[in-house]
Amino acid sequence: MKQLGDLALVFAYLSLLTIGGGMAAFPAMKELTVDVHHWLTFPELLHFYSLGQLAPGPNMMMVAAVGAWVAGPLGALVVLVAFLLPTGLLTFAVGRAWTRLASWRWRPAIQHGLGAVAVGLVLAGAIILARGALTGPLPVALAGGVFALLMFTRINPAIPVVACGLAGLAAFMTG
Amino acid sequence: MSAAAPAPPSLARIFTAFLVMGATSLGGGVVAYLRAGLVVRQRWVDDRTFVELLAISQTLPGLNATNMAILVGDRLRGTAGALVALLGMCLPGASLMTGAAFVYGVGGDDAPSRAFLHAVAAGAVGLTLFVLVQLGAKTLSVAADYVFVALTAAAVAGFGVPVPVALIGVGALAIWWHRPRGGGGAAP
Repeated sequence: MKQLGDLALVFAYLSLLTIGGGMAAFPAMKELTVDVHHWLTFPELLHFYSLGQLAPGPNMMMVAAVGAWVAGPLGALVVLVAFLLPTGLLTFAVGRAWTRLASWRWRPAIQHGLGAVAVGLVLAGAIILARGALTGPLPVALAGGVFALLMFTRINPAIPVVACGLAGLAAFMTG
Repeated sequence: MSAAAPAPPSLARIFTAFLVMGATSLGGGVVAYLRAGLVVRQRWVDDRTFVELLAISQTLPGLNATNMAILVGDRLRGTAGALVALLGMCLPGASLMTGAAFVYGVGGDDAPSRAFLHAVAAGAVGLTLFVLVQLGAKTLSVAADYVFVALTAAAVAGFGVPVPVALIGVGALAIWWHRPRGGGGAAP
């Protein structure tokens, strides 16, 4: 019971950090789920995050995997509700008040200013992710390859990410 | 003909439409799928409304896709519409990831799975860098913005500053930098 309560608190808190997209919450998610609560190891979190990139829909549905890993299907449900409800209610309320907020003179400043901070949080997330994932020449080459492919083609990102997994598997089988 | 507003779609249709988008938007970039579904296929919102709702979704905390589902669902069918849209959007990915956690528990720890997942994680780093570049191109316009990005990232990833502290600290600085100026015709 206490664990479900902790899960709800942690993910409700994390949801408030998802400014500009879910990735902005990754640094705090790593800290709280791995370092503070020891619900899973850093490699496990990395694996769930990576699998989440292959799942359809909103980009952070991997939180359901963390919930399920810690406390089963009920854990997944608690985490999802906690992660979606606070910001969902806020969006719902602001959506209805928007006609008044649209012409508020501070709105562009807030959007622009928080946008820059959100990009900074995604960069921090990428750095933390890279520390765990880029552990040798092969992972570095794979990350660089995916980045270049996405920059210069219009390929669906799921394809090169799965291809990386297969390359890793092939390297393991032959190595 | 165009004077009469079309009857709003049923809750079941809203749920199904978002379920399809939630199940088919593979590989990130859910915004493109949302536009194709909502503007092009269903014609529930026009492009101008779509961009406006997207701006709200991106300004507020919350995932862009779930925020969009709530905003569009509310416009179509009020509170119940928002709820079924959100549910449809999240159900496919969330159930898959819940299932993935169980599969991982059974076979995630043997050496071939670890090799596969570790390489997928490397690919995810490349994808995240790409998202970062896209997001940056859309968001950063002046040199100061890059300083705010660097400050935030260095604080969080380099010095272990808690995220809310960085968010509020650098955020306040960045909002102040972009503060409205010379409004109301009373420029000095």
